[in-house]
Amino acid sequence: MKIDPKTFVHDYQLNICIQCGTCTGGCPVKFRSPLNMRRLVRETYLTDNFSSLSKRAELWACTTCSTCSLRCPSGVKNVELIMGIRNFLANKGEIPSTIRDALENTLLQGNPWGRFRDRRADWAKDLGVKIFGEETSETLLYVGCAPSYDPRVQSVSTALVRIFQKAGVDFAILGKKESCCGNEIRRMGEQALFKKLAKDNTALFKKSGVKRIITLSPHCFNAFKNEYPDLNIPVQHYTQVLADLIGGGKLHLSKGLGISATYHDPCFLGKQNKVFDEPRKILASLPGCDFIEMERSRERSLCCEGGGGRMWAEGGTEGKRNGEIRIREAVALGAKTLATACPFCLLTFEDSVKTSGLAEQIVIKDIAELVVETMG
Amino acid sequence: MKQIGVYICHCGTNIAATVDCEELVRFSSTLPGVKIARDYRYLCSDPGQDLITKDIRNLSLDRVVIAACSPRMHEATFRNLLSDAGINPYLLNIANIREQCSWVHQDRQKATEKARHILRAAVARVLGHEALKTRKFGIQPSTMVVGAGIAGIQAALNIASGGMKVTLIEKAPFIGGHMAQLDKTFPTLDCSSCIFTPKTVEVTRSRQIELLVSSEVTEVTGFVGNFKAKIRKNPTYVDFARCTGCGDCVEACVLKKGVPSEFEEGMSRRRAIYIPFPQAVPLKAVIDRESCLLLSKGKCKKTCVEACKAGAIDFDQKEEVIEKEVGSIIIATGYDPFDPHLLPQYGYGVYDNIITGLQFERLSSPSGPNRGEILLKDGTVPRAIAFLHCIGSRDENANLHCSRICCMASMKQAHLAKEKTGAEIYEFYIDINAFGKGYQEFYKRVREEGIFFIRGKGSEIFKRGGRLVVAAEDTLLGTPLEIPVDMVVLGTGLTARRDADKVAQTFGISRSADGFFMEAHPKLRPVATQVDGVFLAGCCQSPKDIPDTVAQASAAAAEVMSLLAKGEIEVEPTVATIDPELCAGCKLCIEICPHSAIEFLEAKGISSVNEALCKGCGACTAICPNKAARQNHFTHTQVLAEVEELVG
Repeated sequence: MKIDPKTFVHDYQLNICIQCGTCTGGCPVKFRSPLNMRRLVRETYLTDNFSSLSKRAELWACTTCSTCSLRCPSGVKNVELIMGIRNFLANKGEIPSTIRDALENTLLQGNPWGRFRDRRADWAKDLGVKIFGEETSETLLYVGCAPSYDPRVQSVSTALVRIFQKAGVDFAILGKKESCCGNEIRRMGEQALFKKLAKDNTALFKKSGVKRIITLSPHCFNAFKNEYPDLNIPVQHYTQVLADLIGGGKLHLSKGLGISATYHDPCFLGKQNKVFDEPRKILASLPGCDFIEMERSRERSLCCEGGGGRMWAEGGTEGKRNGEIRIREAVALGAKTLATACPFCLLTFEDSVKTSGLAEQIVIKDIAELVVETMG
Repeated sequence: MKQIGVYICHCGTNIAATVDCEELVRFSSTLPGVKIARDYRYLCSDPGQDLITKDIRNLSLDRVVIAACSPRMHEATFRNLLSDAGINPYLLNIANIREQCSWVHQDRQKATEKARHILRAAVARVLGHEALKTRKFGIQPSTMVVGAGIAGIQAALNIASGGMKVTLIEKAPFIGGHMAQLDKTFPTLDCSSCIFTPKTVEVTRSRQIELLVSSEVTEVTGFVGNFKAKIRKNPTYVDFARCTGCGDCVEACVLKKGVPSEFEEGMSRRRAIYIPFPQAVPLKAVIDRESCLLLSKGKCKKTCVEACKAGAIDFDQKEEVIEKEVGSIIIATGYDPFDPHLLPQYGYGVYDNIITGLQFERLSSPSGPNRGEILLKDGTVPRAIAFLHCIGSRDENANLHCSRICCMASMKQAHLAKEKTGAEIYEFYIDINAFGKGYQEFYKRVREEGIFFIRGKGSEIFKRGGRLVVAAEDTLLGTPLEIPVDMVVLGTGLTARRDADKVAQTFGISRSADGFFMEAHPKLRPVATQVDGVFLAGCCQSPKDIPDTVAQASAAAAEVMSLLAKGEIEVEPTVATIDPELCAGCKLCIEICPHSAIEFLEAKGISSVNEALCKGCGACTAICPNKAARQNHFTHTQVLAEVEELVG
């Protein structure tokens, strides 16, 4: 597939940009990299040397949080432009080596870390979880790559399984057959691999008789909900399911937590897919949990920098990480727990809590982990 | 024997460059009924018209075909010519060989061939034309003006000073609209109430103006010159004839905590019985039934009744329906400010001290909640204030249109804030739209005053260290910024009224894509609507500043006066009729008629067209299964003759 940058002007509507700077003003990496979205739009529009433009390291600083495109008064597709440029680079083989590895790993093992495909469901071994192929269910719990392999995030997967079992939710996982959803793959520029994953996953879901999908990660949620062309299966993020279970009295949360917690809106859950209220409903219903709202919340949440392939990119940014800024904000607020509902947010915050030296003062939790703690 | 004259216009080179006009002359001469065919460089010119007039007289022509531009352009011109020459004007037909031929084609041969078809069809049609007579109706010499902001007031005063009767209707219990809320006005900085109060007072003094406040138009029937309107007068529970506006009842009202004041844009609270502001016209107390304990909950000590020495409070007041007959209508219902809750990135409603442009006006007004002092919610003076332009305007996520006034309003507010507080002032803008007289000069003045202009739209507002932070980019430097301030004024745009759809339906007018009411022609008929006799003034048509609003209101008044001065109106005879012999009374025509112009005559069991209401759209003619409905100037014979020649 040949990418022609000349079509970018039309494809991403670069010619309607009024250069107001709303994009750059709201960009979460505006102080951390030379990336200037407004200027990039103009330069791509005017350039006669696209190859040199596309070599800039800062193109990999974009987290694809989409704050820019969502606020753009003219409807410029800024994030799609970034992905288009990365796609151009991927096709020419001019991408950073760490990104290349992540893409190759996904092709070979079905996950960007290159962990063995056969060990994808090891975390669920002793949990008594149904697996499609051996047993059936109408509901698929799509686990995702980080929750399958990363020890820190596996705890979220385990928590969610325990919650569902307690609430009597019938579900199954795909086990070893599960592959990456491709959300980050598309954002790293490998459109062709994304299309293959979407096609294979859709076929697998349909063959398995899946009628409803629940995802752990907002990134998988986004891919299934908005970017799989032929899926036609309802998708929910797990916070939506938990909020329903709690609201419907299906979960009895008895054990008091004795914490004050704040919540960080993941970009792919909040801004991009408008799931703002459910995570808050859950936190507000936890016994002994004093919920405090951060200054920058909901549509104004500050991206943690975990998205858009940034988990696999090296460098391109400098200065204090947004993760640290967020943790300092949470500590200043008096929160002892920073809750979130996204594997990437969880991992970047766990890193930042160590680098900022605030590990004594605050803990990072996924909402599912907090819910399971109250089940006693 | 019918005698047709065919005239082919070159329109300079507009037609002649693409269509062979000489060939058309030759061709026309061969068509049945054509007595003479000629071409000319500009038929609409005086010599061109003389040429036709002479032919009509000398050759005893009785029908004319003009092959030229669109009938929208010059049909009226040539109809007048026929009239003057002694032929019925409806015996004219226009063959459009410009817009529908020469302008849209390049190939001369093919274009000429197409023009031949068009001309042939026009000649065939004119053979079937019938002489028609325009109809005349009397006009009620009175006007209803809906909405009593500056637009409605200006129009009403203009018409009244011409000696004609006006009924001025206002939904709110007081007149003045948004202009009454403003502090000083750009670019001259004269105070809004100082220039406006004389006008509001004049409204109450004028013998020609009947003012109905707390009233809404619920139904309009009839047609130009003869409208019938139903007006609902909502109860205020205060007898205005007795109320002296002393305010004793307000003091006595037990609802001490109050509800947010509409007039003060929620910046202060009012009681259930209240006088909106000290200069309100009429200066009367009114009771809001939502917040009044007696009216909403059925229980109150009625301290207001006790306190009123004039005995003006009347809880038994009922809604009244008033009927009016008027000759013309001016709609001046104004605008709603954009609701910034819809753009959550600006934190409106989340943080204190983020306010809208109109809220700033109240803050800055000497009659406002702070008596004109620009203070923060905690009573302190702001050290830095940011003004954000284009909030809810020029934005695909809100409204695409430019609200026109916000740049100037924002700069004027910046000037007032600087003068009153000495604060650092930032204006975040995309483009400065300083379009009016003296506006660019005002822009220069505020720059000289040390207001800091940042070319970049505000992207979001959050709080850090107890202060508000505006995030944006200085696009001229390419530098992202986060500027801490104490107050943010959102330059909220102007939107169509929330009830614009209902109002449009009531009056039968339409709305443009931006939601505002649609004018009859964007350039040449900017105050008229498609409904004859219904005119527009002010921001209900599009966002406007005060000078433009006043100008448009006076224009609407002038349209009304020229209409009323005639005493009678001529109406096109191109209406439908229903043949009583053929009508089977199926009522399909009644259902489809968009102007409610057809009634059912129960006694005869047939439908009948009210010619005064019929707009000649042809819907009934098309749907009638018996061909009983027939439209003048568009009869089956005429239209089919034309079609046959076009496709033949």
